Amino acid sequence: MDVIPISPETVIRVTNLGYTYPDGTRALSEVNLLVRRGETVAVMGPNGAGKSTLALHFNGILTATEGKVEVMDLEVNKKNMREVRDIVGLVFQDPDDQLFSPTVREDVAFGPLNQRLSPEQVDHSVSRALHWVGMDGAEKRSPHHMSFGEKKRISLATVLAMDPAILVLDEPVANLDPRGRRTFLELISILDATKIIVTHDLEMARELCDRVVLMDRGKVVADGRPAATLSDVGMLEKHGLI
Amino acid sequence: MRHDFIDRYSRLESPVHALDPRAKSIALFAIIIACVTTPPTVWWPFAIYAGMVLIIANASHLPMRYLLTRMLVVLPFIVIVAVFVPFMRGVGPTYDLGIFSVTKGGLLVLWNVAVKALISVSCLILLSSTTQFADLMHGFERLHVPRFFTTVSAFMYRYIFIIIDEAERMKRARDSRNFHGRWLWQTKVIGYMIASLFLRSQERAERVYQAMAARGFDGTFPRWTEIHMRAADYVFVIMVTATAVAGRLAVLWT
Repeated sequence: MDVIPISPETVIRVTNLGYTYPDGTRALSEVNLLVRRGETVAVMGPNGAGKSTLALHFNGILTATEGKVEVMDLEVNKKNMREVRDIVGLVFQDPDDQLFSPTVREDVAFGPLNQRLSPEQVDHSVSRALHWVGMDGAEKRSPHHMSFGEKKRISLATVLAMDPAILVLDEPVANLDPRGRRTFLELISILDATKIIVTHDLEMARELCDRVVLMDRGKVVADGRPAATLSDVGMLEKHGLI
Repeated sequence: MRHDFIDRYSRLESPVHALDPRAKSIALFAIIIACVTTPPTVWWPFAIYAGMVLIIANASHLPMRYLLTRMLVVLPFIVIVAVFVPFMRGVGPTYDLGIFSVTKGGLLVLWNVAVKALISVSCLILLSSTTQFADLMHGFERLHVPRFFTTVSAFMYRYIFIIIDEAERMKRARDSRNFHGRWLWQTKVIGYMIASLFLRSQERAERVYQAMAARGFDGTFPRWTEIHMRAADYVFVIMVTATAVAGRLAVLWT
């Protein structure tokens, strides 16, 4: 295929990415993807399509064994890990995986402290991130005793506190009640980072995204505007989305 | 579900809560060490240790009822020792109690176990109930307790609740399919449950690590809250440690 040069407008470039899990399951093959600055991209597909595996490649939790992933102009590898993780924030699906500290404050401060910010800057990042997610003053509470919706928002804050230019969200609204879902979507929509949202929620993709990348069995099967991609009933049916 | 049994009262306000976690750790461990090394044949040093524990407990504003129920954890150990007292033959006179008899040596063993266990456990209860877990670990770190230990404990504190929840959900799902753990063959089911709980915890640990790595974790826990030893902390440490050590040493001259 033609190699498209990375332009200032391109923030993520995935080239011929393949990944096989240690047990031999083929999770990704020949994945090509370009994400431009400021875009909101939905990565959709049925369970087991390789969406989450792809998301884990964006900030080097998994590193490419075939092909490569570039963020801004950095290849995602061991050497560039720290910088890549400053640029790309990853919000996991289950907030209990994300939150591990006795208090909210410590959880939200975890990323900024790893960025070696000064105590004043850390405090500032924490209160700013909590403000963004509408959880001002929750610093001293214990994440475990919060409702699922609150935990979800704190998880987002733990990543926003690092001020990432690119935000990757894995199933951001799964298991949220309708009101929780709506407030969470509003929250995401006003953030001005480049966003990659892994989901099988068609509604959300329509409301929130500029672009839909459809995956099935480790491959990208469609890539286009939500209006076009999501109205192709035959294709949605074929790939288990309706 | 709420589980806050580990440090339920650690957010109260009292002179003891306000102490630096290091001061509390050193002082209370001094009492424990003095206590467990004191020979059981003299009783008055134990009165000193117990007196200190009572004074600290009183100053801590912790509900007495809570302290006493927490202390019940040592009861099984004391009961086990008590059961064997009639079989212990040792020095000293024998007391006949109808169907069995006990010796003074046997009773001394029981007293030894009971008094040391109760005093030590109440020290630990006081320490953990008046200090927030994060501060306690921070204090340990500053006292050069290996990081491995404090990190593992911090994770245990955070995730024990999630594992309890997970076990609880499994138990409910099992009971709703009419499981009654009565028959011997059903122990197999319990074995499966423990195994799958272990696997789930392991997978959870993997995902937690990924989420931490995604935020730039490189193996060392960053800290930014500071704890400070003030004059009151030094006074507390010196007074408690000196009294405990004096009590312990005085035994040598009697």
